[in-house]
Amino acid sequence: MPERPILPGEGIALQVRNLNFYYGDFKGLKDVNLDIVRNKVTAFIGPSGCGKSTLLRTFNRMYDLYPGQRAEGEIMFNGNNLLDKKQDVNLVRAKIGMVFQKPTPFPMTIYENIAFGVRLYDKLPGSEMNDRVEWALRKAALWDEVKDKLGQSGLSLSGGQQQRLCIARAVAVKPEIVLLDEPTSALDPISTAKVEELVSELTEDYTIAMVTHNMQQAARISNYTAFMYLGELIEFGKTDELFVKPKAQQTEDYITGRFG
Amino acid sequence: MNLYGRRTWINRLGIGLSMVAMSLGLAGLLWILWTLFAKGFAALSWDFFTTDTPAPGTPGGGLRNAIVGSGILILVTTVVSTPIGILAGIHLAEFGDKSRLASITRFVTDIMLSAPSIVIGLFVYALVVVTFGGFSGWAGSIALSLIAIPVVVRTTENMLRLVPTSLREAAFALGAPHWQVSIKVTLHAVKAGVVTGVLLAIARVTGETAPLLFTALNNQFFSADMSQPMANLPVAIFQFGMSPYDNWVQLAWGGSLLIALLVLAINIGARVIFHQKDTL
Repeated sequence: MPERPILPGEGIALQVRNLNFYYGDFKGLKDVNLDIVRNKVTAFIGPSGCGKSTLLRTFNRMYDLYPGQRAEGEIMFNGNNLLDKKQDVNLVRAKIGMVFQKPTPFPMTIYENIAFGVRLYDKLPGSEMNDRVEWALRKAALWDEVKDKLGQSGLSLSGGQQQRLCIARAVAVKPEIVLLDEPTSALDPISTAKVEELVSELTEDYTIAMVTHNMQQAARISNYTAFMYLGELIEFGKTDELFVKPKAQQTEDYITGRFG
Repeated sequence: MNLYGRRTWINRLGIGLSMVAMSLGLAGLLWILWTLFAKGFAALSWDFFTTDTPAPGTPGGGLRNAIVGSGILILVTTVVSTPIGILAGIHLAEFGDKSRLASITRFVTDIMLSAPSIVIGLFVYALVVVTFGGFSGWAGSIALSLIAIPVVVRTTENMLRLVPTSLREAAFALGAPHWQVSIKVTLHAVKAGVVTGVLLAIARVTGETAPLLFTALNNQFFSADMSQPMANLPVAIFQFGMSPYDNWVQLAWGGSLLIALLVLAINIGARVIFHQKDTL
């Protein structure tokens, strides 16, 4: 089991204990243990099929949508086990937001894209809703680009803007944790830079867990990095340490580009 | 002859044969349309729209009662079958998916889609007309709804299946309950396709004669009472077209043209809506 890199004074947002995950008979995650630190960026790296996205999708019970997928173990969040059958999945997802690989704006106006999620749990009067939409769009560094066209369709934006709209949509409901599943892999370099900058700023208010295919990205913006391989968590630690002095041979091989 | 030359000739022969086949089909269609337009336009007049169907032997007359009757029947059919069809389609695509109930529903819907409309007419006759003791507008609308619902169900389901999983997941990821995801996000994403399905269903029932023969029957007088037999264009055309009176036959042509134009307009409308931007 990897060493727990928790420093005094740092809170833990998510505590993963003995997590196993199954796609039918196939075991996708094998006995994963780790802690996601509050208000930090934790990156998950590893070759395709290593289980990093699978792990991320257990944090908001996304796998629940698909019969045949199941998780065993514990993911403690504010004192509750997220994997508990009695847990209200929708409440979990309102507290733990997610942004996906491909931008997925809803087929409605930019304003409605943000307001849709907010309305689910907050009954805000009109003016407060306007404020919330503006606040979220500013958080996602998109406000200046869209403030004059809030009534236009979210689909009319460019790919990079769409992805920032999705980030705005996720933060608008004021979650505690934001999960990012390869948020920049479908974006051009300039949009990627903008999103990366945004991720660092978001840690002021949110805890970020991010899957990335791009090791440089993990090195640039994460505080902690988890390296996964074949469904196992091989190494987990502070990003500076993991990239400079990896403890496991597999981690070293991967970050030096020997496989993956 | 070398290989290339032979293939060139086979190619020409293939194109030639398919052109002949196409022109045969097109010629038939154009012929029908030409006759319909030539004879139909001659029948259209102010009286055609403002007077009711004439009694045997009386000159003149129009189709006002049949036009209004058809309008009411189609309106009621649309109001009944649109919500049922769309909700059933949502169930099949979003909730039932591979469940037993869903596969049975899908199977029955497919059969209903290809069921001869006269069978549906007889079914409603036995079930409604006999039970309630008379032909009525309600019976007609029920029969038409049974034809329209499967069309709406299948188009709604097929459209919803085009929604990428990522969009559905994105909505779930915000903590939205399933029904909100289905209604506000996925159905919203394919609304143009669903509206097209509804319009095509309306177009389909507009010209249906057989189910109305046994249900709404016909009415020589103007009536907007759904519990009474109701005049309607298809049955009026059917009866007048086979009658010995010249003015009746001419009214039948006018009615046919009216239905053809209506169906054409609905189809064009469906295409325009379907190709709108901003939806999937």
